[in-house]
Amino acid sequence: MPRKKKTGTVASGTVFPVMKKAAPSPGRTAAREVIGKYGGRKRAVIQVLQDLQERFRWLSVETLEAVALELDVPLAHVYSVATFYKSFSLEPRGRHICTVCMGTACHVRGGTAVLEHFERRLGIPAGQTSPGGEVTLERVNCLGACALAPLAVVDGRYYGQMNESKANEVLKPILAGRDAPPASDKGPVD
Amino acid sequence: MKQYRTHLLVCAGTGCVSSGAFALKDALEKEIAGRGLKDEVLVVTTGCNGFCERGPILIVHPDNIFYQRLTPADVPYLVEEHLLKGRPVPKHMYVPSAGIEPVPRMSDIDFFKHQRLIVLRNRGRIDPEKVEEYIAYDGYEALAKALTAMTPEAVVAEVTASGLRGRGGAGFPTGRKWALCRREKASPKYIICNGDEGDPGAFMDRSVLEADPHAVIEGMVIGAKAIGAAKGFVYIRDEYPLAVARMGIAIGQAKERGLLGENILGSGFDFDLEIVRGAGAFVSGEETALIASIEGQRAFPRQRPPYPAQQGLWGKPTVINNVETWANVASIIRRGAAWFSSLGTETSKGTKIFSLVGKIKNTGLVEVPMGIRLRDIIFGIGGGIPGGREFKAIQIGGPSGGCIPKDLLDLPVDYESLTQAGAMMGSGGMIVMDQDTCMVDIALYFLRFTQEESCGKCAPCRIGTRQMAEILARITAGEGSLEDIKKLETLALTVKQGSLCGLGQTAPNPVLSTLRYFREEYLAHISEKRCPARVCKNLITFFIEPEKCVGCLLCLKNCPANAISGERKKVHVIDQAACIKCGACFNVCPAKIQAVAKYTGEEGRALLDERPAPAEP
Repeated sequence: MPRKKKTGTVASGTVFPVMKKAAPSPGRTAAREVIGKYGGRKRAVIQVLQDLQERFRWLSVETLEAVALELDVPLAHVYSVATFYKSFSLEPRGRHICTVCMGTACHVRGGTAVLEHFERRLGIPAGQTSPGGEVTLERVNCLGACALAPLAVVDGRYYGQMNESKANEVLKPILAGRDAPPASDKGPVD
Repeated sequence: MKQYRTHLLVCAGTGCVSSGAFALKDALEKEIAGRGLKDEVLVVTTGCNGFCERGPILIVHPDNIFYQRLTPADVPYLVEEHLLKGRPVPKHMYVPSAGIEPVPRMSDIDFFKHQRLIVLRNRGRIDPEKVEEYIAYDGYEALAKALTAMTPEAVVAEVTASGLRGRGGAGFPTGRKWALCRREKASPKYIICNGDEGDPGAFMDRSVLEADPHAVIEGMVIGAKAIGAAKGFVYIRDEYPLAVARMGIAIGQAKERGLLGENILGSGFDFDLEIVRGAGAFVSGEETALIASIEGQRAFPRQRPPYPAQQGLWGKPTVINNVETWANVASIIRRGAAWFSSLGTETSKGTKIFSLVGKIKNTGLVEVPMGIRLRDIIFGIGGGIPGGREFKAIQIGGPSGGCIPKDLLDLPVDYESLTQAGAMMGSGGMIVMDQDTCMVDIALYFLRFTQEESCGKCAPCRIGTRQMAEILARITAGEGSLEDIKKLETLALTVKQGSLCGLGQTAPNPVLSTLRYFREEYLAHISEKRCPARVCKNLITFFIEPEKCVGCLLCLKNCPANAISGERKKVHVIDQAACIKCGACFNVCPAKIQAVAKYTGEEGRALLDERPAPAEP
């Protein structure tokens, strides 16, 4: 369990007197709101971070600090959780998200070649965001839609039986700087 | 309740949704309204049907006609022919292989015919978002029985007698786990459903949660009563948004109906259920790590014993079972332990769901009795290998499992036989591999996976998996030595014996099993610098056969490295120095031409020497 923390300080010794007194930042307000939803329970830190990431698309240092203060847990604890789990991004993510599945079924049906093709077309390695913040390329270990292998997800929409030419089609609007086709499924982005 | 003469069951599992199930549903509803059939025909969305590759799937009930790969454009004709004129439409039916008559009825299709459904009994036939439909198929009958007509001891005894074992991997007897927890004096006690299905290639838990969430809830309430828990958690992977949504709806409906919450079915028993979403860490599928994750910590596993049944969530006695295990419970209570244990083998009872994927014709989820032969799954249900290729191996049990070769196709599928063969039941992923799959590359794939997913708490797993992955990478790059095989074997043993949790203890299995059955492939990579499956990039050469090339420009246009030169109707040539070996040319060259070939080993190198790349103009 997280250690008991003195008000306004975190394990690293950083003090936040200003943040405590200043008018609440948007991150702080959001954190308070989300934490309220989970009844202020300290164990809900993962859920809280998930909800905040859905709202801001990534977790900034300010957001992590706000969560630590509002939940009254050390910032080190929030940071350790945020860096341990892969769903969390501590860097801004692109306006478009491309995810290529690297599950076993996708692998034996050529998933690696698909990922490499995305990397070439987008000009960024997996796990990075294009300099202009247009697009983020991610890899995932399995989306559990193995019958559709190899699989890629672009802005929340699943594309099965991926290959080079299909990828070119799907990426065309993104590369042209326009919006990707609207997501058809109900799930959140990626 | 309103009666309809026909139900149109549209599969709305993840697979079918991504192939356009909702567009199909809308088109069907519009057409039916337009034809004035609204009072006779009802369109229903169901959970995953299992035959995902054929999506979007439509079953016409009660005729039991199976339609596949439908688009909105097919709908007007289909509605007119089948629903107005009563003539099923053969062109949208399943055809086993070219030249054979289509199979109209779902129950006659090989893929479904040999299955035995207990956990998936409601798949594709009920709307998972309507509790009434679950109840109509005997749902919550077992709960009523357990709460009103049975003592908690009797429930534990029934589950023990059924022989049910954990479906998430190790196969620990479920009844024994419950009895252990029931005996503990500490309170409160907790119940957890492990839905952190992390094994790549396995998706049965997703499917159960999406297609029949009430079956999981019912099993958990029965389990809670049996051990005396008042609170439970369903931990679901973050990558499964639809499963989270459906489970949320199901919990809400169960509460409304008094099947969950306070005073369940008026019996005075209280039990509350909460969903916890995972956050993308494979190790959180390990039970002690999952418990840490629910507590809001990093998902680090811890030493066992004490087992979770003794000291689990917040140090309290906790029963943690996998989704598929929970989904078996209600059927066992309803139909009895004797019925359940009549299925399967001496030590493995009941059925198991497998996800049959990879290089196989009929891809999807199958539920079969324990003890079935691998051959019957792969060739009987799966229809064998597509494209006239040859079966090489089947990988069972994900990163904890192993590859089983052709000689062992008659192996019965049960916990012990699989472990003996160097694989593992695991969660039930079955990935079929053909002659074009390199076994060293597969071992590398899994070791990279476990290395990346190792939580880093214990050294054997953290460092050992990394070293093994590096050695394997060296071998696939053609830079390995015979010494490396010995090193791999030593390291594998250390990691197996020295790791703290199941992740590390089983991580070497993919290497050990491929070394056991496919050692000659390792030797070919090392001694001859040859990749027999022509996969490992460093060891292959792409080449356009001049006598076959028709000069169609397809490969040239698709080459991302601009490494191909040529003109229309003239033989194309690959500049080997510029080639990045992505395989795009190989994939786009039309099947009837097949001018692009892959060479490896001596042959490949000879080609490079013999026909140098064209000189710069």
